[in-house]
This record gives sequence, C-alpha cells and structure tokens, in this order.
Amino acid sequence: MSGVVIVGGGHAGYQSADSLRRSGYEGRVTLVDGEGHLPYQRPPLSKSHLLESAGEDALLFRSQSYFKDHNIDLKLGIRVNAIHRDSKQVELDNGETLIYEQLVLATGAKLRQLDVPGSKLDGVGYIKSLDDIRYIQNHLNSVEEVVIIGGGFIALEFASTAVKLGKKVVVLVRGKKLMANAVSPELSDYMLDIHHQHGVDIRFGAEVDHISGDANANVEAVRLKDGTLLPAQLVLAGIGVEADTELAVTAKLLCHDGIIVDGQCRTSDPDIFAAGDSAKYDNPFVGTEIRLESVQNAVDQAKVIAQVIAGQEAEYHSVPWFWSDQYDIKMQMVGIHHGFTHFYQRGSMEDDKFSLLFYRDEQLISIHSINRPGDHMAGRKLITAGISPTREQAEDAGFKLNTLLKK
Amino acid sequence: MRCIMPTVTYVDFEGESTQQELAEGMTLMQGAVMNGVEGIEGECSGSCACATCHCYVDDAWLSTLPEMSENEDEMLDDTASERKPNSRLSCQIKASADLDGIVIHMPEEQE
Repeated sequence: MSGVVIVGGGHAGYQSADSLRRSGYEGRVTLVDGEGHLPYQRPPLSKSHLLESAGEDALLFRSQSYFKDHNIDLKLGIRVNAIHRDSKQVELDNGETLIYEQLVLATGAKLRQLDVPGSKLDGVGYIKSLDDIRYIQNHLNSVEEVVIIGGGFIALEFASTAVKLGKKVVVLVRGKKLMANAVSPELSDYMLDIHHQHGVDIRFGAEVDHISGDANANVEAVRLKDGTLLPAQLVLAGIGVEADTELAVTAKLLCHDGIIVDGQCRTSDPDIFAAGDSAKYDNPFVGTEIRLESVQNAVDQAKVIAQVIAGQEAEYHSVPWFWSDQYDIKMQMVGIHHGFTHFYQRGSMEDDKFSLLFYRDEQLISIHSINRPGDHMAGRKLITAGISPTREQAEDAGFKLNTLLKK
Repeated sequence: MRCIMPTVTYVDFEGESTQQELAEGMTLMQGAVMNGVEGIEGECSGSCACATCHCYVDDAWLSTLPEMSENEDEMLDDTASERKPNSRLSCQIKASADLDGIVIHMPEEQE
C-alpha cells in the first residue's frame, strides 16, 4: 500500500505527518526516523531541558497513542538507505522497502564535528539530539569547569545553562563577534555584556590546538594555538551544522548546500518534497535563496507540503522568525537583517528591554527584540504586510507598533 | 503515600471537554499536545515565543495561578483570538497539586 513517506522525525517531519491528517489526508502516512525515540522537540535541549524537572516526556510532540489514533505509522530507529525514484520506493536499513506516492525529506542537518586531536575523549559533547543531551547530562554533575567551543546560539544557550548550574564557563569564539551571522553587531555586543555580567570568560580569535585527557581518557584541558591551557572536565562543541542532503544528492535531486525546493516545497522531482533545515528556497523576504535552521521554517514548510499533498492551494511565503533564551533574556528575531541600510532603536539597553528595527532604504526588513515580545509579534505582521513604521514611531518605545495594523 | 497526578479539564471552542492527568511540573500546553487535545498548538515548545497556546482560564482558578511575566503579558496582546481578562499562555502554567482540577477553555483559533 502506498501513501506518503516522511524521512525524519524532527519539527518538519512530525509537522508534515500531523498536518497531513489535519488537512484531511486519508492515505497511508509513514514516518521513518533513525534515532529510535518518539518524535521530540529540540529547542529545549540547549535551553530549559537541563534546568527543568519535567523530564524527557515533556520534549515529546505527542504521545505514542496519538500516532496510533491518527494512523501515523512510526518506523523509529530505522534509517533510509536509498531513494529509488524510478520505482518510487525507499529502501530501509532493516531490509524493508516502502512505496511512496509522495516522499517528504525532512532530513535536517548534520553536526559539524570537531577534528582537533583529543576530540574523541570522554567528556567532549555536542547538543543536537536527545542522546547528545543525555551524554552531557551524565557528565555535567561531576564537572566544575566547562569549555564551550563556538559562539552561536547553541553554544551561548548552553553557556547560560551551565552558569545557572554553577559551572565555571569559558567560551571560545573563532571570530570577533558572538552570533555574528544571526544578529547585528550592536545586539551581539549587548549580549557579550550580558555573558560577562554572568561571569562567562569569552575568548575571541581563539583557535583550539588540541584537547588533552587523563590516563582514563577523560577530558582534562583544552590547549589553544597560542599556548593557553584551559582546564575543563566537559567540552561542548557548538560549531554549527550542515544540511543533511546525502539521500537527496544520491537520488540526483537538485542540491547545493541544501535541497532546492520551489514555493510549494517541491524538489526537482515533483513527487518529492523537502522541508526544514535541509531545504533551500527563494525567500521573498530575504530576496535570495536561503536555508534556515529554525522551528518556524520547519513548521510552516511542513504545513504547506501537507496542504499541497492533500490537494489544497498553498504556497510558502512566511517571514522568518526565531528566538533564543539566554539567562533571563528573551531574544526574538523576525526577518533577516542582512543588507540593512540603517536601523532605529526603541527602548533602552540599560533596562534590558529594547528592539532594533532594521530598514533597507525605507522598507522595514527585520526587528531584533530583547524582552519586548510585543514588538516582535507586531513585526511579524508588519513585515508580512509590507508596513514600515516611520522613524518617529520606531523610536517611540511607548508607541504600540501593532496599532499600525489596525485599520 | 500515594502520589496524585493533577487533573486538568480542557474545554474546546465548541464546549466539548476532556480531562487529562498530568505529571507534576508538566505545563498545561504540554499536557494538551501530548494527549492530542486539539486547540492548543505550542509551536515554540513552551518558550513563550509564539503565542499559539493561548487559553482562557476558568475564573475560579485565576487567583491560584502563578503571576504572569511581563513577556507573557506582552505576548498575550498579539494572540490570534481576542485577549480577555482570563487569558493566559498555557505553556507558562505548570500542573501542580494546587491547580488540581483546573479548567481551561480553548480559543477559536491560535494563528
């Protein structure tokens, strides 16, 4: 029996299955995921998960019975070996073959691995999967000093978590700024200040030479190229991910740093869709082909795919948004600020409550908010509608941006 | 000693109600999505970043609730369905013995 086969159980994969049923799709839905856990949510892994008591169940999208009740067939702990486009089949690593009418690739991203000597020592970890965080959790209790390699969201969210757990934290950043690609230099500098206030030691321009261990192959220290020795019982590498396009490339789907999809999230094969971290598409709000590693992107693309497969009209044109939680700071970003010509600030950095509104010429393209969710929520609608506040409105922190929407 | 799981009653927009037992510490949003209760989304996994887990808390329980953060307060200004005095984000309310029996109503839409 054929139907829809979904490869991957992250946000994009789970949402595709769920939305197919909600769209009234009655065919067979099979979700294949290599990890062997019920589909779960990743955002809390680097944020609240280690600090909360609710446990791993709180990470699940749905209980097992939900999938059963909605006739979604889960194949967990099973990987897809290959896609055979001519016969519309996927070959699984348990020897099984599934026939598909439509295939959804929600393969996500692969961790970039450390490749310095000592990378395989016990106590060197990553944060992407549940198994990764279990590994960290098993080590964390006995640890006093943590070295974090990387200056992006995952690295900094974990820094904040480790500080809250009473650890001494050093963060090694190769470049000159934190979150250099995702946020503007002003916001980056503000967050640097926040991390300093919490006692995090951040080293810019730091290059790791090797990681050294004790006689039992447990991590002991990180040695930098300039000779600095940093003692650590846990090393976390948050050095980014790459789109997992292996299956798509082997199946000769059009790919370059991502699986290329159109406005309906279709790949170069009309029966194969892609969503989430691995999908690359032309985003009208960015003006270029882009691959986004965010929940919003995964969820919204998956919803479009489900509607298209269920025979409804749908097109993906959502404004990107994403967030990060570090200490008591809520960072919310909407739109992509790259290529801005100027920005206005509302609220003050001293109060830890402000937003930066980025413009390309006269057009509002992005808002980065710190503890001002109202600006963020209004921003999503303003940018979608193409409405740009005047400088006066933008800089008046008391002016409610969402009033521009109410006509 | 027997451990009692707090019970939550979810009432959907049409007035249909379902009861769920939640582990202590689990949020009312998680309790809904985990058990397939429709009407609450929780797209951001409970980070108070999406406002798709909006609910109306039954008046009898309002005074027992933990205080709302400034962030939650601001997010509630931009929910898809109308904000009312008893509006809360269900990802910010954790099941506890104090809230055993709480009743929450789902709005018409979340996004």
